[in-house]
Amino acid sequence: MAHIPDPHLSDPMVPVLARVTNRVEEIPGVVTFEINAPQWQGFAPGQFNMLSLFGVGEIPISISGPSFDSTTIIHTIRDVGAVSGAMATLEPGAMLGMRGPYGTAWPVEQARGRDVVVVAGGLGLAPVRPILYHLITNRANFGRVTLLYGARSPDEILFRNELSKWRAQLDMSVEVTVDHADATWRGHVGVVTTLFKGADFDPAKTTAFVCGPEIMMRFGANALTDAGVAPEDIHLSMERNMQCAIGLCGHCQIGPFFVCKDGPVFNWAQMKPLMAIKEL
Amino acid sequence: MLVETDSCNSPFVLDANGLGRLIASLHASGHRVLGPTRRDNAVVYDEVRSTSDLPRGWVDEQAGGHYRLKREGEAYFGYTIGPTAWKSFLHPPKQSLWSTKTGNGQTEIRPASISDEKLAFLGVRACELAAIAVQDKVFLDGAYRDPHYAARRANLFIIAVNCGRAASTCFCSSMGTGPKAREGYDLALTEFITSEDVAFLAVAGSKEGAEMLSTLPTRPATQADIDASTEATAQAESQINRRIDTSGLSPLLKENPDHPRWNDVASRCLNCANCTMVCPTCFCTKVEEVSDLDGVETSRVQSWASCFTSDFSYIHGGAVRTTPKARYRQWMTHKLATWVDQFGTSGCVGCGRCITWCPVGIDITEEAAAIRSGNKGG
Ligand SMILES: Cc1cc2nc3c(=O)[nH]c(=O)nc-3n(C[C@H](O)[C@H](O)[C@H](O)COP(=O)(O)OP(=O)(O)OC[C@H]3O[C@@H](n4cnc5c(N)ncnc54)[C@H](O)[C@@H]3O)c2cc1C
Ligand code: SF4
Ligand code: SF4
Ligand code: FES
Repeated sequence: MAHIPDPHLSDPMVPVLARVTNRVEEIPGVVTFEINAPQWQGFAPGQFNMLSLFGVGEIPISISGPSFDSTTIIHTIRDVGAVSGAMATLEPGAMLGMRGPYGTAWPVEQARGRDVVVVAGGLGLAPVRPILYHLITNRANFGRVTLLYGARSPDEILFRNELSKWRAQLDMSVEVTVDHADATWRGHVGVVTTLFKGADFDPAKTTAFVCGPEIMMRFGANALTDAGVAPEDIHLSMERNMQCAIGLCGHCQIGPFFVCKDGPVFNWAQMKPLMAIKEL
Repeated sequence: MLVETDSCNSPFVLDANGLGRLIASLHASGHRVLGPTRRDNAVVYDEVRSTSDLPRGWVDEQAGGHYRLKREGEAYFGYTIGPTAWKSFLHPPKQSLWSTKTGNGQTEIRPASISDEKLAFLGVRACELAAIAVQDKVFLDGAYRDPHYAARRANLFIIAVNCGRAASTCFCSSMGTGPKAREGYDLALTEFITSEDVAFLAVAGSKEGAEMLSTLPTRPATQADIDASTEATAQAESQINRRIDTSGLSPLLKENPDHPRWNDVASRCLNCANCTMVCPTCFCTKVEEVSDLDGVETSRVQSWASCFTSDFSYIHGGAVRTTPKARYRQWMTHKLATWVDQFGTSGCVGCGRCITWCPVGIDITEEAAAIRSGNKGG
């Protein structure tokens, strides 16, 4: 008969109580929180937490802070609905439920000694920010570093201050484009893939990290493979409905994968055939 | 662990009175005994207080979208299976996971208590044992496990009853799960007719089962008893005429996401989710928040979910699977193909419930065959 584990070990669906310690409104509707939770042991770039507001609900949110800081938990949340909207209003001192970290990580260390291209669209900059912190802190370990970021419009550009700081750095290249410019905008206009033309990397020795809306990731990954980057060296973070984050609720499936435990980070060799199937 | 009826574990014979003693003994040892009862003209698993709760003399007639009970014979377990799956007890349709209470500015999280209730299942069919083994893999073998399921499972006593009849919807033999129980039980019974009454060939499958058996009024089985019970099982086997050809089935389905048959079945499917509710292996759940009006007490409640609904795949911006085609394809491909990648076993045990309880009689065996034959939807 089945080996039955001890039922009295802690329940993975039960969160711990966490406290909001800081809040920064990045742009209207997008808030970055610092959270403190007991027994937090750190995370790897790309992982996410399940955050609960009592009486409201629970949602998956990536960790957007530096992974070398193993005490503070940083999340950047966009108000798109019931739970995220209520979360976006939290003030320092507010309590919420937290469990995690969950999921696979961006394989940043696999990129050691190689060129790195980070491609982000919209709020997708938040889940890749831990990669950038890691690259910057361990700069000597990597080849050329490029960040290509696309936002819908200039006023939707996330982490503006950090972007200008990184852009000023001589050892990395940062390009930002917007879909729709306004009068103040003097930068690139167009989708993020238009930035590939000017980017300087050796495709045979490049590891790419791509995060954003699914269609943007598909175009981004295709542009990278067209440029000669191997599908196994292109990593992306998938989003699916998640009710448990621990492989038990069935909601997050894409073909044979559970996005919560086999992902959210997958490589393009895994995802390309599945993303080609409509409504999988 | 595998215990074969005919090996070292020698069989005994239990009469109807002995069956009653078995139920009473389980009660005496603190078990809640669940088994077949007749309710609303169906055999449903519910509380069994004594043998008089069992559907003696009732058999079922099943076909696509059809289920009917009729009187026939004197067997206690003459029916095959009904709409309830044992998952209703091990993985209940609704359960609270945790709750919070807020007072004086303090919030407290209270995990739902882990039940120590002892359950006994009476009349578990071979396909159902296989289904429990499948859910064991899902809930107990991964990196995270469901402690509520684990607790109920740890305190479970299983009495398998081998089938003496098969319904027209059964296809366990092609899925390698039945009709005879091979493992995963504490006791296995095979009902057979004797000159005076019915009797049960009883075999223990665990230490607990052997202990229980030793306390019951039994006699050692004779060759004639063994032959009679073998014949009963053989009869069930001979009545099975549905099958799924499982060879290469997993790659076949995964390679055919655009097969025209998916449109064809989608035009018949009502997206009612009946098939997922009655399926003994379907495990998906959603969580919902329940809160009192002033928000002092809240709780997180988990309930069964179905991939046939559009909110199942909802993410901000819309559902991933908006079409009935995508949803039926997800269900059947998961059952028969991707389940194998995920859990090393088929997600279908061949119980036929989804065929019987589908209001329009969609038949998973027929759909799988149509994909294989390259039938272009006609
Ligand atoms: C791995 C992962 C990482 C994520 N990281 C971030 C992040 O860093 N920042 C951020 O702002 N958002 C992130 N999201 C998206 C975020 O989870 C959704 O925006 C959020 O669930 C929407 O819930 P809601 O109740 O506000 O919206 P509603 O539209 O009211 O949603 C109702 C319910 O649907 C489900 N749901 C809706 N949209 C999604 C979605 N996109 N993904 C999963 N379930 C969904 C949830 O169960 C939610 O409670 C991430 C999603 C995933 C899967
Ligand atoms: S898919 Fe149908 S036949 Fe297979 S186990 Fe589920 S209900 Fe039974
Ligand atoms: S296959 Fe049948 S039971 Fe399942 S959702 Fe479609 S109509 Fe309902
Ligand atoms: S989120 Fe529940 S299985 Fe992945």
